[in-house]
Amino acid sequence: MSLITPDFGLLFWMTLIFAIVFFILAKFGFPLITGMVKKRSEHIEQSLRDAEQAQKALKELAEEQKRMIEETRKEQARILNEAAVNGDRIVQEAREQARTQTTAMIEQAREEIRIERDTARREIADEVAMLSVEVAEKLLRRQLDSTSSQNALIDRLIEEARAKHGQVN
Amino acid sequence: MYRIKGLGILLAALLLLFPPTLRAEEVPHAGADASFDLNHYIFGHIGDAYEWHITTIRGHHISIPLPCIVFDGGLHVFSSHKMAEHGYTLNENGKLVNAATGKRPFDISITKNVCSLILSSILLVVLVLLTARWYRRHDAMKEAPRGFPGLMEMLITMVTDDIIKEGVGKDWEKYAPYLLTAFFFIFLNNLLGIVPFFPGGANLTGNIAVTLFLAVCTFLAVNLFGNKHYYKDIFWPEVPTWLKVPLPLMPFIEIIGMFTKPFSLMVRLFANILAGHIMLLGVVAVVFITAKLGPVINGSMSVISVLFGVFMDILELLVAFIQAYVFTMLSSVFIGLSRQEPEHETKQIETTK
Repeated sequence: MSLITPDFGLLFWMTLIFAIVFFILAKFGFPLITGMVKKRSEHIEQSLRDAEQAQKALKELAEEQKRMIEETRKEQARILNEAAVNGDRIVQEAREQARTQTTAMIEQAREEIRIERDTARREIADEVAMLSVEVAEKLLRRQLDSTSSQNALIDRLIEEARAKHGQVN
Repeated sequence: MYRIKGLGILLAALLLLFPPTLRAEEVPHAGADASFDLNHYIFGHIGDAYEWHITTIRGHHISIPLPCIVFDGGLHVFSSHKMAEHGYTLNENGKLVNAATGKRPFDISITKNVCSLILSSILLVVLVLLTARWYRRHDAMKEAPRGFPGLMEMLITMVTDDIIKEGVGKDWEKYAPYLLTAFFFIFLNNLLGIVPFFPGGANLTGNIAVTLFLAVCTFLAVNLFGNKHYYKDIFWPEVPTWLKVPLPLMPFIEIIGMFTKPFSLMVRLFANILAGHIMLLGVVAVVFITAKLGPVINGSMSVISVLFGVFMDILELLVAFIQAYVFTMLSSVFIGLSRQEPEHETKQIETTK
């Protein structure tokens, strides 16, 4: 029977002690712990959210970077292409210029050669004329060393002159 | 009571290891206890006492005397060993009575249970404040506790998240300190109750006075802070009018319900822990009961007793936790019910959460 009849002494002490324990724990124990645990879990949640955001930003940044690299590469290709075209054009122009210049020079040289040749030809003709006169003089001198031949010549020349004169008359 | 189980283990080991001649010698020794009083043995362990019995060596009792505090036409304080000198004696229920008149005085003695209550309460306060100190000394934002504070944090988080938040709902922070205190108080005392030697071993949570007090606390927490809707549901529930007008049938039932809830809490904890203690004691008692049946039966029964004792011990560990859990859970549910909002909107809000 005593098992199920609450003992007053124990009930009294239980009330007193439990009240004290509850007071101490409720003031200095559990609220502090639960508060800290709550704060920490909130902190962890916040950190997780932050991390997710940072990851997102990083991903965007990487994409941006990729895009920029792609653009730069395109630009580079374009510039290279242009340079190649320009180079080709310049080489072509230089070649053209060189050709015209060469042609002009050749033309000039030819002109000079022609003038030189004409001059030379004329000089040669003068020389030949002089030589023929000298040769003729020498030949005449030899043919006219005798009187008879000189007479003959004079006759002939007179004849010729007569003939010529007669023709004119 | 585990002290006795320890002896049982020892006895079983001796019986198994020693040669038969020695075993024969054991029998008369055990036989000396043939007048084994099972009733006295069990109730001596689960009941209260004015002294803390540690052990008995060769018929000589070793016990710690505890102070008796009595109001009997004046305050009397004396050691329980000197009870007779002060004119008091124990009645057939083991309660202190005036030797001359045979009446119970106003008695607030520090009995075995009170002593155990003081010790366990100091232990509880120390344990929780140690944990709280960790949080004061560390930056909880940067690290989680390890070791003992970590274990306490796990338990506290479990109780708050799984029991209190679920049961109480809104404003759970207001009730968390009481419910946590109740949980740890019950859990610690349940555990100490299964410890067989001195600071433990008292049957505190299996004592009706203790569970009565805890149930009253829950009753107050439920009814003092109950909202309008809760009281309307009790005194004017939504039932056909003839159930409440000439004869207040439903209010009557509801008012009884107010008391049966904490009553069930009280009986559940008390009965579970008490039953656990009695079963353990019974299992251990097998060793002593079979002592006069001869060495073979006693030896084999001792082995069975030890095996059952181990099983019961593990079961009691489980029960120690479950009862603390159930008490806290039901308390939070009752509190939550007393604070429920009447409208259907609240339900919708809860589900959308």
